[in-house]
Amino acid sequence: MTKPPLKTRRKLTIVDYICFGLVGAIIAYAIYRVSDVLVYNWNWSRVFNFVLYYDEESSSYVPNLLLLGIATTLRLAFWATIVAATIGLIMGYMRTSKNLAMRMISRCYVELVRNIPPVVFIFIFYFFLSGQLMPVIGLDDLDKNGTFVSSGIFYILFGDPKLFSNFVAGALCLALFEGAYITEIVRAGIQSIQKGQWEAARAVGLSRLNVLRDIIFPQAIRKILPPLAGQFITLIKDSAIVSLISIQELTFLATEVASTTTKVFETWIIVGAMYFILCYSFAATFSHLEKRALRARR
Amino acid sequence: MSNLSTTDRKIDSDILISFQGVNKWFDHFQALKDINLSVKQGERVVVCGPSGSGKSTMIRCVNQLENHQQGTIHVCGREVYGNMKQLEQVRREVGMVFQSFNLFPHMSILQNVTLAPMRNSKISPAEAREIAMHYLERVQIADQADKFPNQLSGGQQQRVAIARALAMKPRVMLFDEPTSALDPEMINEVLDVMGELASDGMTMMVVTHEMGFARKVADRVVFMDEGRIEENCSKEDFFTGGRGERAEAFLSKILQH
Repeated sequence: MTKPPLKTRRKLTIVDYICFGLVGAIIAYAIYRVSDVLVYNWNWSRVFNFVLYYDEESSSYVPNLLLLGIATTLRLAFWATIVAATIGLIMGYMRTSKNLAMRMISRCYVELVRNIPPVVFIFIFYFFLSGQLMPVIGLDDLDKNGTFVSSGIFYILFGDPKLFSNFVAGALCLALFEGAYITEIVRAGIQSIQKGQWEAARAVGLSRLNVLRDIIFPQAIRKILPPLAGQFITLIKDSAIVSLISIQELTFLATEVASTTTKVFETWIIVGAMYFILCYSFAATFSHLEKRALRARR
Repeated sequence: MSNLSTTDRKIDSDILISFQGVNKWFDHFQALKDINLSVKQGERVVVCGPSGSGKSTMIRCVNQLENHQQGTIHVCGREVYGNMKQLEQVRREVGMVFQSFNLFPHMSILQNVTLAPMRNSKISPAEAREIAMHYLERVQIADQADKFPNQLSGGQQQRVAIARALAMKPRVMLFDEPTSALDPEMINEVLDVMGELASDGMTMMVVTHEMGFARKVADRVVFMDEGRIEENCSKEDFFTGGRGERAEAFLSKILQH
């Protein structure tokens, strides 16, 4: 047996060093400007107190506004993804349907969402949802003292019961918005399945539902999982816009922290870092899982 | 209702497929022109002709993977058109084998074969497995039952596809250029399986360019050109000169080498 040739080690060339040097110089200049020219009194610890603060009474660290905010952001992303995926699955199938009405409805939905700025879309839907839909569903009259509502599980899943209807409205707005993008992902997934698969499934006499359930969806879902994971991360970032309709997630609370402490730079740098850590760790996890799935399939 | 269909069947008891004045268009292109054809129980019909002559379209009309716009097609005594439930019923009596195999890549070989019997006739998994293994043995591939389609060669995949179609115990088998996508050394293993099937008395409609197969197995040869059936005669007549000009030209082209 002959061995494959050893990989040649990648070496840094002069060009690489010049690039690094340039980036370093720009950063150094920015730091110089900030510390020397900009007269600003940095105070990180005040803002850090809003992430975790030391509680004298129980003598332990307790999560404060910003950490609570990121928990709400995660809850929002979680529920919005589930609802958006459901919308996307149904609408995505309708996009590929033979029925003209179904195609038109789903097409209108997608185009409407994609051609309106997200903020405007969310304003419209929020005022519709909170004004019309919520009273109809009866979420406003939720019994705050019910055994389930006051339990810890409820808190982990939905946050503060007092803000529940507000939370649901925010999650629904996000879901309706992201659902359009997932619709397009699902459509592409279904359309990527070869015509022969449909034909073979029909030729053995499977019913329409069984064709989808046994042949088309299992194959399509494998293909759309990576872009779906990417959309989940996008959704975490997009959730910042629901701060405009007073959903108390990370960005909303950050504006409050920034205005009470007047430490604008520190607050937003920390919040940026929190978003980055959250999104990047999800991205890294997903790409790790994807690689593992690829290897397993071989 | 059931009375009607049984009498229907009795009348045409020995004709399994019949085309009457069938026309089909793809947009403005007419793919099938006034097709009249019937296939009797146990008959082996080979359909040949130049590419684009409509032979695949014709065979795909039998189980309505393509819809015809004019004329009628009866399969096993039922007219095929529109109604999905009735169409599914017809498709369960008609097995089909494709040029590109079209196995389900996310399922094992065994699952590929058991799926239709389990879903369509509500039999137990154990029973479906038994049926599947029987047909996999028949196409001599039972030892690969737990593999996935992409682990098999083209010839093996096509044999699995035949087993998958047979597992529904169809009354007719349709073959749409079953060997055209195969490497030359694998063509014979598939043709052998088809030959065995024919000698067991299966009714078959085969679109193929394999004239050797047609000589050996066919009862009748249908030659198509430009959407029309140009020849429809017994194998003997077709291969011993009772054929028309166009068929002559076609045969001389494909038999040159």
